[in-house]
Amino acid sequence: MANPTLSRPLRSPRSTTKDWNRITFDAAIKLGAFTALLLLTAPTIIILIASFSAGETLQFPPPGFSVKWYIALRELPELWAAAWNSLWVATITTLVCIVLGFAAALVLTERRSRLTQALEALFMSPLAMPALSVGLALLVFFNFIGWRVSVTTLVISHIVVGVPYLVRTILVSLSQMSSSFRDASASLGANAWYTFRHVTFPLARQGVIAGSFITFLISFDNITVSLFLSDARTQVLPVRMWTLVQNNLDVRAASIAGLLVFVTAILMLLMERFVNLSRFVVTDR
Amino acid sequence: MMQGKALLKAGKGWSLVFPLTIFLLVFYLAPIVLMVITSLSPGGDVGGMSLSQYAKFFGDGFNLKVLWDTIWLGVQTTLVCLILGYPLALLHSRTRPGNWRSILTFLIILPLLTSAVVRTFAWIVILGRQGVINSALLSLSIIEEPLRLLSTHHGVVAALSQIQMPLMILPLIASMARLDPNLESASASLGSASWRTFWRITLPLTLPGIISGSLLVFAASVSSFITPSVIGGGRIMFMPMYIYQQAISLFDFPFAATISTVLLVTVLIVVVLLSSLGRLTRSYTHT
Repeated sequence: MANPTLSRPLRSPRSTTKDWNRITFDAAIKLGAFTALLLLTAPTIIILIASFSAGETLQFPPPGFSVKWYIALRELPELWAAAWNSLWVATITTLVCIVLGFAAALVLTERRSRLTQALEALFMSPLAMPALSVGLALLVFFNFIGWRVSVTTLVISHIVVGVPYLVRTILVSLSQMSSSFRDASASLGANAWYTFRHVTFPLARQGVIAGSFITFLISFDNITVSLFLSDARTQVLPVRMWTLVQNNLDVRAASIAGLLVFVTAILMLLMERFVNLSRFVVTDR
Repeated sequence: MMQGKALLKAGKGWSLVFPLTIFLLVFYLAPIVLMVITSLSPGGDVGGMSLSQYAKFFGDGFNLKVLWDTIWLGVQTTLVCLILGYPLALLHSRTRPGNWRSILTFLIILPLLTSAVVRTFAWIVILGRQGVINSALLSLSIIEEPLRLLSTHHGVVAALSQIQMPLMILPLIASMARLDPNLESASASLGSASWRTFWRITLPLTLPGIISGSLLVFAASVSSFITPSVIGGGRIMFMPMYIYQQAISLFDFPFAATISTVLLVTVLIVVVLLSSLGRLTRSYTHT
């Protein structure tokens, strides 16, 4: 049978309308795509430019350039304390999520049944839940069982909203790994633990690293749950920044923002280089 | 070593799934159930259960307007994200793997991973009285007085669209990657014009991506808190802010729980509707 893709379309009187059609289509796609790109990137670029302002107020374009607002960040001890809290909470959250998520993901890939599908839906559901509702529910719950707001309650709430990301990336990396690897290893006489250590884990490692990175950022950036579950003592960076941004339009807020953009971008480039991060973000199962 | 073996044996069975399941049952499902129960309390010192909080919520025009504004915000944001995000996803999937494609991926993912407060803050710089738009329009003498762009519904939609757009683009890219490129070229070589190929082939076959992207953007928009509170400046009320205000400022937990439950149910309805629609289209595209 002749392959229709190989035969050249016959030249027809309609070909000029077809060219026109093609031109308008390409133009429409390009226009939409570049508007989207501009919308996506402009705010980040603008915040970076504004943060290097030499002026006293936040304005764009800035009257001149300097790094004085980055230097002024040194005089905000409560901000650094909040950043330190956030780092701690995000680190513990990520570690717990790795253990809980990896164990659960192993079972979900080994078995496919109605029950595992239901469990997967349960593990993923915090993604779609309004985080603020989850935060309020947890606050009501902790009040009910008599736990005071502390770092523990903060970490618990962050695990709930962070664990879906890790489960997902580990599932992606395990499903991209063919089960024949494991079968081959087993049929060659390797025991289950050997197979896990030398076959399953190395192949899932990238998923674990990419997922940990995303979970860490989700926790570090979380505000909706933290609002309910932290007090003045356990205040985290995003909440602190939110208060700062709401109360006065300070150039210092721009320089913190700029700092966070730099750190995120560098971490992301490193992640892309070592574990091919976008593979996990773009693919779905 | 022995422990490892035991661990593996457990993995073959079910026990490895227990820790996470139990954790979520205790710290996720139980709290939500408790919140729903709280919303059924009449408030004050009266005991028992009643629907009086819900009667209060649905009996007041202000509350209904807040609910409607929130849903409308979600719909608008989802549409903006779809209309602008689809072409970008198409451009991404038509760019050959290489440096350009990596740069595009980077630009799409970076906003997703940047702090939400940072992204919202950028919009204050853009929309403010001395912001980018106002200074540009003033210097071009198009306007004489700075426009009020902050604290408007459209300002919130614009900022939220930018913030949520990656959530739309990523599932779209994934669904375009599954698309058989031969189908498009076959359609083109059989004489179909570009627009026709797009409407008849590309768009229907990427419906699963459109649906899962819309689901994510809608759920994230109606429950977003930071952007509406900062850009809206407290002048426009949406459900998440309303919950926060009732719980933290007024300590009216039963009513906060009621608003929260209404929001939760709204999101759930949309999620269930869209995902059953998604299953439908998925089975259709796989045959």
